[in-house]
Amino acid sequence: MGLPRLRAATAFQILVAGTLLALLLALRFGSVAIDTTALLHALGDLLQGGDEQSLAATLLTLRLPRALAAMAVGGLLALSGGLLQALLRNPLADPYVLGVSGGASCAAMLAIAAGAGAAAIALSAAGGALLALSMLFVLAHRALFARDAALEQGRDSAILLTGVMIASLCAAALSLALSLAPDGKLRTMVFWLLGDLGGIVNAGLAALAVACWLLLLVLALRDAGALNLMLGGELQAYTQGVATAQVRRRLITLTAVATGVAVALAGAVGFVGFVAPHLVRYFVGANQRVVLPAASLLGAILVLLADTIGRTIAAPLQLPVGALTALVGVPVFIWQLQRP
Amino acid sequence: MNEVLLACREVGICYGERCLVRALHLEVVAGERWALVGPNGAGKTSLLHVLAGVRPADGGTVELAGGPLSHWSVERLAGLRALVADRWIDPFPTRVLETVIAARYRLRGMPGAARSDGESETVARRCLAAMDCAALAERDVRRLSRGERQRVALAAGLAQDTALLLLDEPISHQDPRHQVQVLRHLAQRGDGTIIAALHDINAAARFATHALLLAGDGNWRAGRSGDVLTQENLSPLFATEIIQIEVGVHRVFVSTGGVLA
Repeated sequence: MGLPRLRAATAFQILVAGTLLALLLALRFGSVAIDTTALLHALGDLLQGGDEQSLAATLLTLRLPRALAAMAVGGLLALSGGLLQALLRNPLADPYVLGVSGGASCAAMLAIAAGAGAAAIALSAAGGALLALSMLFVLAHRALFARDAALEQGRDSAILLTGVMIASLCAAALSLALSLAPDGKLRTMVFWLLGDLGGIVNAGLAALAVACWLLLLVLALRDAGALNLMLGGELQAYTQGVATAQVRRRLITLTAVATGVAVALAGAVGFVGFVAPHLVRYFVGANQRVVLPAASLLGAILVLLADTIGRTIAAPLQLPVGALTALVGVPVFIWQLQRP
Repeated sequence: MNEVLLACREVGICYGERCLVRALHLEVVAGERWALVGPNGAGKTSLLHVLAGVRPADGGTVELAGGPLSHWSVERLAGLRALVADRWIDPFPTRVLETVIAARYRLRGMPGAARSDGESETVARRCLAAMDCAALAERDVRRLSRGERQRVALAAGLAQDTALLLLDEPISHQDPRHQVQVLRHLAQRGDGTIIAALHDINAAARFATHALLLAGDGNWRAGRSGDVLTQENLSPLFATEIIQIEVGVHRVFVSTGGVLA
């Protein structure tokens, strides 16, 4: 990694264009393809509140919520990953490291085993995320709430290690749940664990998810300047005027909420939170004012593309989005590592 | 110009039962340059952290610019004192110039902020030039040598534009030329006040107007550097024989290698 290879403005132009293109692809392709003219026609009609009964219009009302949710999930996970990597100054961090998604998955498995409906599963996932976060806050309270900024050594690893332990505990609980689950429920569970956007057909829910994503992104950006200084160590940031303890607490909470929402929407979609910030930093450098929104957009593109491929490639079968994010992301990531 | 900028009263620094500094009384007048001298682990870094307000003192009070440290907000403190550590954390590639501009964080959002971006860059470049780093401005901080990285950190300290500079071993990675250059520039910093931990006694004697010796067992001695930096004080402090010789107009300390019981 070196210094920025792209100007921030150029990067954002590429990312916005990429987002629109990915959205177009997501709406066009699936088990049945719609041609672009019909798509735009139906889209215009939908926006004007019409209720045309064409095939394109029907497919659009199915695909648009799912596409929006995919973007929100990718955006939220990439935002969480970017924040964690900056906060812990560790390029290996990602939302799963804090055990937040592990907690969410455990709770969701319980809900599935109990025969709950989709809404109840999502709610328990969010609850599980919050529970895992509370555990982290209690167990790592010294590292999170210590008053003097000078004793920062070991703090990052204390948070990271506590998160890894919570994640391991959740993984063990998940294996138990899977081995004890009745055969009829196994398929739902596995799909959920791999990440699945198939459940999102409600336009209101999808819009809410996108709103949540944008809100959290704006909140994170308010602390991006402070975060830039904290990259150089909290001791230095504190002496330069950053209230480091407050910023860290705010951003870790924000990360947990973002991960919780993403997991509640789509299950455990891995890899995006890890890879998107990496790819973005390679091109635009480490300025968090640029990295956070750019990574978030890239995450949205990645999940949207992965979900589109998952719906299309083996249609009418639908492949879990979580497996495909890795299939798309790993080659790109390795290619980037190989470059000088 | 004789106002007390920094005052310590009854300040202690302890790690559990082990007290490195006991009942420290210190008055630093604006414009003075203090050298902190003492053996490894005597509490020089800890004292700098206490004076900077990042570590609480174990007893006693520290007053900066007329108010106790706890009285000032994080932002206000950043305008009163800068701390230049001797370790740097550079996890991601960053331009040298950006790390120096970042030191002016507290000035963001001030009236005329749009203009102050350019102004901060001007100040940052000037500070880099003062530390002989002008040519490094566009480089990646992670590709610098330790000596260069240290001078960039000192430039950031200068760019923070504070009355008080707290420096932890500011010349520990510098070659002979830059040792002189860095200290000379810092010494000429107008009425700026400096407290610097220094291992090089000769550099301390040349640079400082005052010295604080920390023994590490709670004892300390403070005063004008000519009175405090003497072979009689330094030999027991480092438990090794240090003699003072006159070379022309210079006073030079030399360790003979003799170990004192």
